[in-house]
Amino acid sequence: MPVMLSPPHAHGGDSIRMTMLTVILALLPATAISVYLFGWLAVLLIVTCMGTALLTEALCLKWMKRPLSTLLDNSAALTGLFLALTLPAAVPWWMAVLASVFAIVLGKQIYGGLGYNIFNPALSARIILLISFPLHMTTWIMPMSAVEPALNLYDFSLCLSFFLVGPDALKVGFDAISMASPLGYVKTEATLGVPVSEALNAYNYSYLNAFLGFEAGSIGETSALALLIGGIFLLARHTITWHIPFSYIATVLLLAGLFNALYPEQFTPPLFHLFAGGLILCAFFMATDPVSSPVTPLGQIVFGIGCGVLTWSIRSFGGYPEGAMFAVLLMNCAVPLIDHYFRPRVYGYKSGGRS
Amino acid sequence: MPAMLRKLAQRLGMLQHSFAGGVHPEMFKVTAGLPIEVAPIAPVHILPMKQHIGEACSPLVKVGDRVLRGQKIAKSEGYLSVPVHAPTSGRVVRIEEHAIPHPSGMGLPCIFVESDGLDEVDESLEPMADWREINPAILRERVRMCGLAGLGGAVFPTFIKLIQDKRFPIETLVLNGIECEPWLTNDHRMMLENPDDILSGMAIVMHMVGAKSGIIAIEDNKPDAATAMREALSRASDMENVRVVVLPTRYPQGSEKQLIYSLTGKEVAAGRLPMHIGVVCQNVGTSKAVHDAVMLGRTLTERLVTVSGDACDNPATMSVRLGMPVRTLFAQRGLDDLSGLHLLHGGPMMGERLKNVDVPVIKSTTGLLAMSNATMQQAHTEEQPCIRCGHCSEACPVHLVPNLLADACRSDQFDKAENYHLFDCIECGSCSYVCPSNIPLVHYFRYGKGQIAQTRREQIFAEASRKRSEARDARIEAEKAEKAARRSRVRQEHAPVKTGETVEPEAKDATQEKS
Repeated sequence: MPVMLSPPHAHGGDSIRMTMLTVILALLPATAISVYLFGWLAVLLIVTCMGTALLTEALCLKWMKRPLSTLLDNSAALTGLFLALTLPAAVPWWMAVLASVFAIVLGKQIYGGLGYNIFNPALSARIILLISFPLHMTTWIMPMSAVEPALNLYDFSLCLSFFLVGPDALKVGFDAISMASPLGYVKTEATLGVPVSEALNAYNYSYLNAFLGFEAGSIGETSALALLIGGIFLLARHTITWHIPFSYIATVLLLAGLFNALYPEQFTPPLFHLFAGGLILCAFFMATDPVSSPVTPLGQIVFGIGCGVLTWSIRSFGGYPEGAMFAVLLMNCAVPLIDHYFRPRVYGYKSGGRS
Repeated sequence: MPAMLRKLAQRLGMLQHSFAGGVHPEMFKVTAGLPIEVAPIAPVHILPMKQHIGEACSPLVKVGDRVLRGQKIAKSEGYLSVPVHAPTSGRVVRIEEHAIPHPSGMGLPCIFVESDGLDEVDESLEPMADWREINPAILRERVRMCGLAGLGGAVFPTFIKLIQDKRFPIETLVLNGIECEPWLTNDHRMMLENPDDILSGMAIVMHMVGAKSGIIAIEDNKPDAATAMREALSRASDMENVRVVVLPTRYPQGSEKQLIYSLTGKEVAAGRLPMHIGVVCQNVGTSKAVHDAVMLGRTLTERLVTVSGDACDNPATMSVRLGMPVRTLFAQRGLDDLSGLHLLHGGPMMGERLKNVDVPVIKSTTGLLAMSNATMQQAHTEEQPCIRCGHCSEACPVHLVPNLLADACRSDQFDKAENYHLFDCIECGSCSYVCPSNIPLVHYFRYGKGQIAQTRREQIFAEASRKRSEARDARIEAEKAEKAARRSRVRQEHAPVKTGETVEPEAKDATQEKS
């Protein structure tokens, strides 16, 4: 029994395990929709990522002679699930495995394990993959299209061969099943000088489809609706606070709204930013990752604004069509600084620390 | 946004002020509905020479002396100190060091009074029923000599809070009936059973400090107490400026500075006292004690103690004579065998675990809780790594960043810890209570405070010895110089006869140097 001489002798009952489990529960709507949209491919991807993450974590713990019971804190499982949801349905198995190992080893354990990582493990692994295998990571499968998402045995064998061997196994051309995400399409068109509205028309873009999730993208990112449900659940359970998601999304909407109003043909409208890509996933789940985000409410607002500015900037001016994940990772670097400079005013002191 | 909206609403006067942070622990006020029981007198009462903040007292009696209830048996020597009185009549049997309720398990000189069962009262103090005519300074001296210290648990000598300072006129007296610690029900029962005495004490205190208005603050989980106090107010004469304010139940609402913010929206600046913004706070129990001291001439020889806890099947709020051994008191409630239980002195949030059950009830004993092993284990599970969730910052009523502060303390970065306002921590335990990683944050803060205090003491000591050694060197130097001067004087006196020529050039040199 640990030393218990020091008060308080009461505890609210919160635990890491429950916190992580709550986030996993909050991701269930998005997970369910990804399975609905991408069928067995999503199932295979999620199982592979979670399994590999847990196994890697177990090996790391064993190697470092730490208790294996640490696995029960659910953090490795959550990292695996996060990672799977940020990957395109078309990635081959070895890439999913590699990413999961990266996430646990390079994203987390190398820093000293849970609580010590500077970056969100899933996001850093995803970025490593994006930089290493840009083609695979930007090859999107149209939801509910080429590979039928029905969960039957025939499709399972099809998907399994797709997952294990690659698109060749299906004897269909890559072009037939792959397509650009809205963000990528508009970006490419913009570099050719096509105005935003024309590009959106040509893509046959629909806000409703984007909101519900019928657009190309990473399996867990497509449905804004499912992610919002999860986000609201997290807010209601007090696992996260409003500071980061609100300031993050508001900043993106403000910037996008301002520039879209001034230059409508060069900058995409705010709602497009909201539903496209990983903004909602990042705002509610990735940026709010407690370990790699600021501690104080004020710091969290600053962090959210930073993420927002970076996301919008990278999407609008950067080389990559999607900016949310880069933005969060970049802001992760600034967290120690933010924590140091944006502490709340202590009771009895005027701002600036004078009494 | 809610914070900003709340602030706006407060500005518009739509909402009551409320301190930011705090937690909602489960209250377990199982004794709230039970009337106060009077504990019998123990065979031997143990009275530590220090039951308050400040310096220890020194005994006025010797072994074998007969004492009466309320008789002063130890005199206060320091400024922040109040005397100790005999809790019942009997004989002084021992004066020796004995364990007291303190986390370190340390001992202090104690006077052991063996009861003679007669409980004869020392009636040398005259009641001062006409206190309105009496100079506040005299009343204050009465409060001091009656041994009053804050009965909310902090045991700050009461008379010090009653000093009038012309530079800081007191506007408001706040009577603290919040009692936000779980389990404890002393103030609650006191307000239900003695509202008139509390009000009478309040009137006396208002007279002493010159307060124009009064607030009785009660949490909304004690509506019956608020009703009782309101009814007593309607009975009382000339207390029109006093009102009862019901505040939302939240820990640590009863903490003085948080309470003042909740009531007035004003903050007490760091390093200052409530009186500097025209407020004085007194616990309701202390107010009753003021009434007893002034109106009845009774010294502080008893207090209310909540004897409870999840391992106590027969809990009660008890009126206990000071010096009663804790073991005897638990036995009163049917807990003869205390092995395997964890005993807390005070509430679970700020109370200390008792290492020794032979300690006595003292002026700071607000509660004695017997907790089961299972409950305590649940509250103190193994520490896990901090996941930086920020719940601790949210819960901190002083607006610190506990996890960063604990990091600094744990890694002995004390400069950083002080920069992070370590010494503004009130050790309320809200941060530890909400921490999902079960990090004993308060423990780290105490460690940090202790280490810094130790370093400061060592610095002062080093400084003193440096000065001493410098003084010694200077003295030796001076002695040497004096010796040399004497020798040269002697030489001068005797030398001119023998070696007159050699002296003159030296003198010439000296004059040349001067010019």
